[in-house]
Amino acid sequence: MGRRREPRRATQPVGAESYYGRPILKEPTWTWEIPVYFFAGGTAGVSAVLAAAGRLSGNEQLARRATFVNLAAITVSPPLLISDLGRPDRFLNMLRVFKPTSPMSVGTWVVSGAGTAAGVAGACELLGILPRVRTAAQTVAALLGPFLSTYTAVLVADTSIPAWHEARRELPFVFAGSASASAGGIVAALTPPEAAGAARRLAVTGALLELAATEVMERRLGFLGEPYHQGEAGMFAKLSKALSAAGAAVMAIGGRRRGGAVLGGALLAAGSAADRWAVYRAGFQSARDPRYVVQPQRARVRERAQ
Amino acid sequence: MKLIASGTVNGGASKPLSWPEAYGEDAGPRLGFFTDTSVCIGCKACEVACKEWNLVPEDGLDWTGDSLDNSQELSAETWRHVAFVEQQAPLRLEDGTATLSADGGAVEGEGFRWLMESDVCKHCTHAGCLDVCPTGALFRTEFGTVVVQEDVCNGCGYCVPACPFGVLTKRHLPDPARGGKEDGRVWKCTLCYDRTRDGIEPACAKACPTDSIQFGPLDELRERADARLEKLQGEGWNGAQLYGRDPGGPVGGFGAFFLLLDKPETYGLPPDPVDPTTHLGECWRAALAAGATIVAGVALAFLGGRS
Repeated sequence: MGRRREPRRATQPVGAESYYGRPILKEPTWTWEIPVYFFAGGTAGVSAVLAAAGRLSGNEQLARRATFVNLAAITVSPPLLISDLGRPDRFLNMLRVFKPTSPMSVGTWVVSGAGTAAGVAGACELLGILPRVRTAAQTVAALLGPFLSTYTAVLVADTSIPAWHEARRELPFVFAGSASASAGGIVAALTPPEAAGAARRLAVTGALLELAATEVMERRLGFLGEPYHQGEAGMFAKLSKALSAAGAAVMAIGGRRRGGAVLGGALLAAGSAADRWAVYRAGFQSARDPRYVVQPQRARVRERAQ
Repeated sequence: MKLIASGTVNGGASKPLSWPEAYGEDAGPRLGFFTDTSVCIGCKACEVACKEWNLVPEDGLDWTGDSLDNSQELSAETWRHVAFVEQQAPLRLEDGTATLSADGGAVEGEGFRWLMESDVCKHCTHAGCLDVCPTGALFRTEFGTVVVQEDVCNGCGYCVPACPFGVLTKRHLPDPARGGKEDGRVWKCTLCYDRTRDGIEPACAKACPTDSIQFGPLDELRERADARLEKLQGEGWNGAQLYGRDPGGPVGGFGAFFLLLDKPETYGLPPDPVDPTTHLGECWRAALAAGATIVAGVALAFLGGRS
């Protein structure tokens, strides 16, 4: 394999936890497009809710910008998803079926629906036409938004990878917080400060939720949460926490000025993106180490035997 | 558009399966493998026969440096993998001694033995790969086996981390039919679907010179395995145990199960695998709650400004 290995004994001790220390699971084949999509899709979903709420409350300035953020974020999503496929030309095979047992199938339909709605709403907004159609499209986008922002957590949790699967109860909250922080932050940065109060508040509470849910997740995972503290995942997790905390502070303190909102929004978006990258890489690290697979499973077997 | 309701959604080990119900009168017997590692001699005829029959491309022979393993692991290019374990432990124990350690593995003692095991896709009763496949490329055949349709798979890769055994991978080798661009699809053991449909046994089982790999209706194989285990235990074979035989056990039992001479992890097999989709209900409930949190957060953000 070209890699330099430690010299080793040919025999494997009795009671060994794995086959010569080799991994049991396979690492995901997903490439950089997937965590970038998690960020873009999450941002799109919460922006759609923000846009609808802005319109409902009569805040047209905020609603307009949130509509465009939603449109921009969801427009980049399908190309990312398609380019990750081993056979991009067969993308449409996803749309031949609806399969409730597959979060990816469910998600494909959510993205398709939310994307269409965002496209219609964005076009009407831009051209200033068909206000009723715009409202209808915006409502659909806002209803699908929360799913769009959180189903990606289900997507990774519904695998055999311990750092993902065993985090299934917390990951959706991590993603919800992360998406609220990025969407709130970006919309706050783009909206005149006097109209951006709601976006600022959402950005700050989103970051706090992201930090709190991550903390709970890491604690509850215990030994299985090691990947979130080690290697590349650990580095990005740390970076994410620093960026999100700094972004929340800047947004809370200086967000009433445009400069503060832009800086805070940028920090929050970066923190959110780093968070998705950390989760993505943690899955790879978790798959690589057979101890994470064997130890909890062996403990279960032992428990059942008692 | 087709609605595919395959496998289990929510922890329902007893939920209806797509086999045999979906096939009605066309359903065949559930076919499988019983791999009895106690007679495996590590000849790798199964690996070679599989590659030849299924036209699985060459992907190099890479010695692990651990015993005689040169095919490393199951993958898109290796549908049978022979694991070799060299162990300082007796092959058999004195009459009357328990053949399992307290931890369910082999008993330590004087001696040396070679364990050889021809690993393969387990064709799970509750198959994670099949549950998560978004295109329906993975399907359950009339024999209850799990097969990837190469003309449907779009290489999304979801089945790869879903499999609790690490069986599936994407093929990165160039595909001549695509002008040398990478194949990009997922491949795995089909239990020789093309042969079984014609009533012929799979290539690996046909080639196995010691009948370590046995093929047939699963019910029959289970009976045979039970008798074999009883015999080996009676003869004091160290660590002898069945893995994946029990329909009430992990993933609802394997279509391809094993007789091992140590606990599963020794061979790189998970001791208590779970179909991740078993917990899908829990995942969605958390996502719904998190989605509601987003809506609440946005509502509070707007209400907070008015006060």
